[in-house]
Amino acid sequence: MLLSIKNLHASINGKEILKGIDLDVNQGEVHAIMGPNGTGKSTLASVIAGREVFDVTSGEVIYKGRNLLKLAVEERAREGIFLGFQYPVEIPGVSITNFMRTAVNEVRKYKGLDPLGGGAFLKLMEEKKKLVELTSNLANRSVNEGFSGGEKKKNEIFQMAMLEPTLAILDETDSGLDIDALRVVANGVNKLRTKDNAFMVITHYQRLLDYIVPDFVHVLFEGKIVKSGTKELALELEEKGYDWIRKEQRDNGIAG
Amino acid sequence: MQGQMVIMESDPNNIIKEVTQSDYKYGFVTDIETEYAPIGLSEDTVRYISLKKNEPEFMLEYRLKAFRHWLTMKLPKWAHLDIPPIDFQDIYFYAAPKKKKQYESLDQVDPELLSTFDKLGISLEEQKKLAGVAVDAVIDSVSVKTTFSETLSKYGIIFCSMSEAIQNHPDLVKQYLGSVVPYTDNYYASLNSAVFSDGSFCYIPKGVRCPVELSTYFRINAANTGQFERTLIVADEGAYVSYMEGCTAPQRDENQLHAAVVEIVAMKDASVKYSTVQNWYPGDKSGKGGIYNFVTKRGICKGSNSKISWTQVETGSAITWKYPSCILLGDNSVGEFYSVAVTNNHQQADTGTKMLHLGKNTKSTIISKGISAGKSNNSYRGLVRISKNAVNSRNYSQCDSLLLGSTCGAHTWPYIQVENKSSIVEHEATTSKISEDQLFYCQQRGMNAESAIGLIVNGYAKEVLKQLPMEFAVEAQKLLSISLEGSVG
Repeated sequence: MLLSIKNLHASINGKEILKGIDLDVNQGEVHAIMGPNGTGKSTLASVIAGREVFDVTSGEVIYKGRNLLKLAVEERAREGIFLGFQYPVEIPGVSITNFMRTAVNEVRKYKGLDPLGGGAFLKLMEEKKKLVELTSNLANRSVNEGFSGGEKKKNEIFQMAMLEPTLAILDETDSGLDIDALRVVANGVNKLRTKDNAFMVITHYQRLLDYIVPDFVHVLFEGKIVKSGTKELALELEEKGYDWIRKEQRDNGIAG
Repeated sequence: MQGQMVIMESDPNNIIKEVTQSDYKYGFVTDIETEYAPIGLSEDTVRYISLKKNEPEFMLEYRLKAFRHWLTMKLPKWAHLDIPPIDFQDIYFYAAPKKKKQYESLDQVDPELLSTFDKLGISLEEQKKLAGVAVDAVIDSVSVKTTFSETLSKYGIIFCSMSEAIQNHPDLVKQYLGSVVPYTDNYYASLNSAVFSDGSFCYIPKGVRCPVELSTYFRINAANTGQFERTLIVADEGAYVSYMEGCTAPQRDENQLHAAVVEIVAMKDASVKYSTVQNWYPGDKSGKGGIYNFVTKRGICKGSNSKISWTQVETGSAITWKYPSCILLGDNSVGEFYSVAVTNNHQQADTGTKMLHLGKNTKSTIISKGISAGKSNNSYRGLVRISKNAVNSRNYSQCDSLLLGSTCGAHTWPYIQVENKSSIVEHEATTSKISEDQLFYCQQRGMNAESAIGLIVNGYAKEVLKQLPMEFAVEAQKLLSISLEGSVG
């Protein structure tokens, strides 16, 4: 098993957001995490990536057989965890080329590989740009500076292609995308899917799942996974809306 | 109009907390016999220096006038700096390597000296072969070796130590020395005019484009020795030169005083580019030791269509007091100032520029990037004055401050004076912090905090760094990262 989350509780400034998450992810699987706003989807992604503002109060996360919660942010990244950000931050004056070269070479160093020279690196970049259909001159621009919403998300997918993660978490990568950008993002993911890696696709809408077909769909509600199923669950959700989940939870609450 | 803006940072910050710094990487002392002037400062000291250097009468007179004027002056107190009292009677004002010879080849140079150059990575031998950089290396006040002077002399370019210039080109020295920074200018400039030991002299004749980057490496090497460099660059009509100044200094406990004066004269259609990477010993983590760097740098665009461009990367010194300036006298002349100043630990910097617009249609650009970390204080202080006659003039100023952590300070003190209605002055200022989001983003891609900071800071300073000559740009980028090592927890 690649990732195993057991009874994970996490809070920020004393407020509990995750209230006991259980989730297993195997290599070769795509998991969709759905749910209404403010139920902890992004928090789950941040906790896996290691963001320090969140306190893990109990539970465990085992990744590749190791206690993930003990690793620093950059160690998790070097071990193959990639987070596609919902709101990628701007880094003025740093070109994407320079940014990615630093990242790729630090990961290589960690793995005991020699750094990629200028020529080899540019070649790799061209290859990956093609793979994710990044046709614009994005790579010469400063990281996310003045990018449109779509460009930012394409850039995230491009970085994912460059870093070839084992576990990629895409945090609402589809939000704010027009249909063309959505297709580019989805195609990128589909091309990068292999039997050795896994994806956690966090999304609010079913729309993205028309393009990225998940093996499993989980519904996160008030800090817990309240429903899991296959891709049909996403369609059911789309049809019935999140009120269906709310009502069911309420009824369960009364019943229980 | 006068304005001031002070930004102090006091919020506690979770991720940038621990402040430590790597040991100064250029700290070593060379064991060369040194000949000192008697300790302290008096007319006798001034006479001693002039005598030792076998100077013509006019130089001695100049020095004495400067010294007598200096006695009437008071230490400037207006800068946002906390300067411990300096006992001028406890400083050696002149130190020269004892084995003073005219060297014809490197074989004749003291091997100790050569190995110092090796440690600095500027072996003269290599420099001769590499990159077309002529180096006038200054160790403890006396120029030891000038390379490439033969090549340069073919073009009629004079590039030598100030001492040599005084001996061999007294007319040029007499004409231009003190013509931009008079000996009455300020406390430290007066002191320098009285006791300057050596420095560089550069003259580019009419219509000549200097084919190489001229470069001088300075180095303070004797304990308790003030270093008073004097540099004069004259670009005659239509001439062009790019000049690079770089500094490293050995680790010391005592504070060392460095009061240099640099003068630039650009005649009609001439252009001078002056680049500095300043990396004097900044003191240790607790603020002990370090160089006091009190420098007066000024250029005059004397003729029409002339241009002077200052670029500086300031990472060293315990205290920096420095305002490379341009007097835009000629019509259509251009002044530029590009600066990155980094302060960490207990360093203090008060630096900026003055752009004095006197001629018509004159233009100036100021790009200043301050980066503060640790418990340091970093101030930008700049004056833009557009005189009544400087019609249709323009200035654009951009002053940005970047804060690392919550215990440092960034300050901006712009002074703007406009005396005509046809000129336009623009001033932009920002203050930002390396955000937790930026750090997390970089770390999520596999970088550790220090590479992330290095990357972010270099990106922030890019506009200035790209002004540097190629030879300097790489060094400067490394220096920025090194200077901020340990500034994150």
